[in-house]
Amino acid sequence: MELNKIIDFLKNYDGPQLKLMEVCGTHTSSIARSGIRGILSPKIKLIAGPGCPVCVTPAAYVDRCIDYSLRENHTLVTFGDMMKVPGASGTLSAAKGRGARVELMYSPFETISKAERNGETIYVVAAVGFETTAPAYALLVKEVKEKNIKNIRLVTALKTIAPALAWICENEKGIDGFICPGHVSVITGMSGYGELCEKYGRPFAIAGFEPEQILACVYDLAYGLSNGRCSEVHNLYKSAVKDGGNKKAQEVMAECFREGDAMWRGIGMIENSGLYLSGKYAEYDGGSFGLNEDLGLPEGCRCGDVIVGRINPDECPMFGRGCSPENPVGPCMASSEGVCGVWR
Amino acid sequence: MEITMAHGSGGKASAELMSKVFGKYFHNNILDRMEDGAVLEACGKIAFSTDSFVVSPPVFTGGDIGKLSICGTVNDLLMMGAVPEYIACGFILEEGLDIALLERIVESMATAANEAGVKIVAGDTKVVEGRGGLYINTSGIGRIPEGRNVSAANIKDGDIILLSGNLGDHHACILSARMGIDNSIMSDCACLGDITKALFGGGIDVRAMRDVTRGGLGTVLNELAEASGCGIELDESEIPISSAVKGFCSILGLDPLYMGNEGKMVAFVPQQDAEKALALMKTAGNGKNAAAIGRAVKGKGVVMKTRLGGTRTVDVLHGEGLPRIC
Repeated sequence: MELNKIIDFLKNYDGPQLKLMEVCGTHTSSIARSGIRGILSPKIKLIAGPGCPVCVTPAAYVDRCIDYSLRENHTLVTFGDMMKVPGASGTLSAAKGRGARVELMYSPFETISKAERNGETIYVVAAVGFETTAPAYALLVKEVKEKNIKNIRLVTALKTIAPALAWICENEKGIDGFICPGHVSVITGMSGYGELCEKYGRPFAIAGFEPEQILACVYDLAYGLSNGRCSEVHNLYKSAVKDGGNKKAQEVMAECFREGDAMWRGIGMIENSGLYLSGKYAEYDGGSFGLNEDLGLPEGCRCGDVIVGRINPDECPMFGRGCSPENPVGPCMASSEGVCGVWR
Repeated sequence: MEITMAHGSGGKASAELMSKVFGKYFHNNILDRMEDGAVLEACGKIAFSTDSFVVSPPVFTGGDIGKLSICGTVNDLLMMGAVPEYIACGFILEEGLDIALLERIVESMATAANEAGVKIVAGDTKVVEGRGGLYINTSGIGRIPEGRNVSAANIKDGDIILLSGNLGDHHACILSARMGIDNSIMSDCACLGDITKALFGGGIDVRAMRDVTRGGLGTVLNELAEASGCGIELDESEIPISSAVKGFCSILGLDPLYMGNEGKMVAFVPQQDAEKALALMKTAGNGKNAAAIGRAVKGKGVVMKTRLGGTRTVDVLHGEGLPRIC
């Protein structure tokens, strides 16, 4: 369908009020950058979901990372997003200012050469992410094992999306349909969405990240819903997402990880939503279990409500009033893909 | 051969470094006097600027820290409407620096200075403990021709904003090098004298100019909006970005509007001059991809009309613009 016809439909949509959740932080970012909200009819509301891995990582995890970064002969290696996420003992960024050894990575595999060059230092990788990044960490530990490298550990906060979607379907009844994450779906394929769709009677559509692709997905959901189609899963990102997903990535994840319960900041414990190093790779775990303690969110902070789409960021009393990207109070403001950070 | 603490001692090793590296490439009638300071002829208004360069890696596709250190300060002077004339440079060298690399960088500075028509008239070198890195500070002086007045304060609503070319090349090039990504993205590091010469030579009443460096276009335009008391409206579909940089940003979750550049500028020109100014900009080698990307309006802040017809508020860069997790 032509883009201008899609835009016309979405601009002039006058059917039932719709609330659609974009699950992935990259979608949230693309929607904000392309001004999509301004194009849609007021009857279609897009709300951001829990798909920013940084935002749902509990404080105890950040504290474990800070603890490692301050230990003698240890260096913490992390993606930049984690630097400003608050734990009970502050942020990695603040710890670095106090002399902690924190190095930013662009790819987890950089750690291999660092560890080989500096045998005296133990490199602790902050492995945070969803199915998108989990295969890379699996390949990392496989290489570490093959090369018999002794000075790399992973502290994992790896999560899977489908259990979180199930939690939202179960607990948040007001969401009419889901824009499914493109990158995660490349790995998982369609599996997981069909079951949810059938059980909860809501449509799921997988979208790419270009604004046009997101608009096509919103159209697909809105058109379907306004025509009574509530129980369908559509793959609108066929160029990248195969029905069965990426088998090799799934195999390497299955080889290196096992499922376990995981704590989602703002949501709580979700059964079997975490991935933990297991079997012969468990020796590389730097203490990832039981990092469940979370900070009580500061008074007024409503990150928990923002993460599950109950409110928009600007409905939080802290938004722009004491909580900003420079001084984030809640995790949603700390990450470039956090809903509040994007909303700014 | 590597730099040792002896090269910073002021003794024989220092003298050798001066003659065999710096003296080999930096020559002019003022510097060659080898006195404690350069004595310069000046009258009328001058522009004076300084900048420090700490880029890692020091050599990258399309340039190196030496070329960057000249272009950066030259461009700062050019953006004030000045004709850059003199440069002073300070080097902080870390122990272990490969002298062949230093020589390459010094040669590159000499070439860039020569091409920009500036003389390197003063310098200093210190050696510190470290891991073989180097840092360069350059300060520059430029003469402002009689009657020329370029300042953010001159921007008026209705003025057209010209951008001299594709955004994000330098930032993407440096990140690619740091991440070990093999691609064809080259730094845009360049002195922009050919563009300013074309604009002023063509009689354009340039209100304000700014090189689009750290913080990217989004940050620079917010600064100009605030300084001028005007708002800015951008048209996303007119902003030139190469497909390679677009793809790179999309993979890493970066926004080209906040990517640093080292050879791009914006110029605010009166609406009636805009067409001619754009054509003049395009005649310069460094402005061949120039585009009119928006206008100054009454109000404040920067707003962009998106490709799809939506609007987006463009804020300043917050934090470091780091690659994201997924």
